[in-house]
Amino acid sequence: MRTAADASRLARAAHWTFRLLNASRASAAGLAVFVAICALAVATPWLAPHDPVAQDIPHRLEAPSARYLLGTDTFGRDILSRLLWGSRISLTIGIASILLAMVVGGALGVLAGYRGSRIDLAIMRLMDVLLSFPTLIMGLLIVAVLGPSMANLIGAIALTVVPKFARIARAPTMAVREREFIEASRALGVSDLRIMAVHVVPNIAGEVLVMASLWTATAVRIEASLSFIGLGVKPPTATWGGMIREGFEHILDAPWLSVYPGLCLLLLVFSLNLVGDGLRDAADPRLRNGQSSW
Amino acid sequence: MLGYTVRRLLAAVPTLLAVLTVIFLVIRMVPGDPAVALLGSHASAAAIEALRERLGLNQPLHVQYLQFLRGALRGDLGVSLMSGRPVWEHLWNVLPYTIDLTLASVLIGVALGLPLGIVSALYRNRFLDLATRVLSLLGLSLPAFFTAILLMLAFSIRLGLFPVISEGRLDDPLDRLHHLVLPALSLGLIMMTYVTRATRAAMLEVLGEDYIRTARAKGLSERVVVLYHALRNALISIVTVVGLYLGILIGNSVLTEIVFNRPGLGKLIVGALEERDYNVLQGLMVFYAFLVVVINLITDLAYGLCDPRVKYHADSR
Repeated sequence: MRTAADASRLARAAHWTFRLLNASRASAAGLAVFVAICALAVATPWLAPHDPVAQDIPHRLEAPSARYLLGTDTFGRDILSRLLWGSRISLTIGIASILLAMVVGGALGVLAGYRGSRIDLAIMRLMDVLLSFPTLIMGLLIVAVLGPSMANLIGAIALTVVPKFARIARAPTMAVREREFIEASRALGVSDLRIMAVHVVPNIAGEVLVMASLWTATAVRIEASLSFIGLGVKPPTATWGGMIREGFEHILDAPWLSVYPGLCLLLLVFSLNLVGDGLRDAADPRLRNGQSSW
Repeated sequence: MLGYTVRRLLAAVPTLLAVLTVIFLVIRMVPGDPAVALLGSHASAAAIEALRERLGLNQPLHVQYLQFLRGALRGDLGVSLMSGRPVWEHLWNVLPYTIDLTLASVLIGVALGLPLGIVSALYRNRFLDLATRVLSLLGLSLPAFFTAILLMLAFSIRLGLFPVISEGRLDDPLDRLHHLVLPALSLGLIMMTYVTRATRAAMLEVLGEDYIRTARAKGLSERVVVLYHALRNALISIVTVVGLYLGILIGNSVLTEIVFNRPGLGKLIVGALEERDYNVLQGLMVFYAFLVVVINLITDLAYGLCDPRVKYHADSR
């Protein structure tokens, strides 16, 4: 019984996603690019022609050749391999931080919206405090406090996005709370926790997921920005932001060092924005009929 | 309007107090001892202890907190641990650069974004609209530092039109402007994409309204309909986006300042982090939070100017 219900819910979600993607060709194109980048990142250990941290000093700052397809950096490291390995960092931090923020922020938003009154006030005040700093500045400070490791970066970026998820989850929760089936569940004696988890969350998940794809783009950009400032995952690990930073020091004699990772970053963020933007438009009834907001 | 402003200000007080508390606690968690950072790791324990005493770092946390709160509320941000000069002085020295950059970026963003958004809405789903949409989404996806690097590559390094280091002399307006162009353009172009998207969406919504049809039916020229009837009503959402993006812009200016090696709040905060200058860091965070609160307030008040109904509702509440 339970499995059947789960399966039908899953089928509904898949149908919904498919309908949205179908409604927006731009989203589908963005998703295709994003999936391709993910596939490359997963296959990196087999695809990368060289070790990303192996130095070949005699061949430093070399132009593209048969041996080094995109050339080498200041330490003679293969740029293509570093780009491939760097994609794993960007994707891992981008996706993990948004998943974390979605769970924490979403839970806080649902709790605030469902319980209302003092709990709502306390949670939303706290979110206001977090929103009182420019995102990048807050990320910068948290990473400086915690130290620049992968886990800390994920936590820091998540913390900057938590308030946004809380806000986006709270509004529809307040609307769902008033619906009759919630009242019926309450009358049947179902616990608040169960109502929130089983009845509220599935009803607001669509809106939250659409924003998640847009904010994954933001998270990837923040990670790259922190790496560019020097607060990313420590060298010699390859990160796109870090590669742009290293390349920037040779901007006069080897500008491609920062341009290649910059273009990769642009492609990833652009694909995510395409997915999120199209999905948001397709999900918003006011924007259907070609009134896309982008 | 005055009543609304005062109420809005009062509502910001608890948030600001909480923000100050968070800043105080977070800054205390930055690893490393500022006294050791100042004297170097070879300094004697006695010297470090004496300096900690002099800087007030030995006092209990709640005493430090109360002192910080009292100072912040009076506008006293303390003294830099490194230079011994007031934090305000550091701020004042770089503030003109940050103000220049922010204002110029907003100007560029609005001056380019508003017409682009209007044209995009008027020519919906035609080539011009599609091109604008793709370009604005691309612009939105460009990280601020990469835009800055691309502009520098093209206009400073290849064409030699603008300086690579954008400091500029404050007493020479032309020099100041010359050094401002590229950094402002790099942030302004991102601002432009936000304004274009917001303008397009708001205009599309407004252009479908009945009063626009009435205005057209009255025989008003298309220019009057678009600029006076539609744009005026679309302004409120555009102002929201400008307000929202101003906060992001101030954060992003850190990256632009690093690329163009330009003084400003962002470079000051990165420097303070590297030097473990607690007081400058703390003062800057207070200033940033204050800026965001003020920007939100101005955005709210601007609603009233764009749409008299907002003011009315707010006052009658």
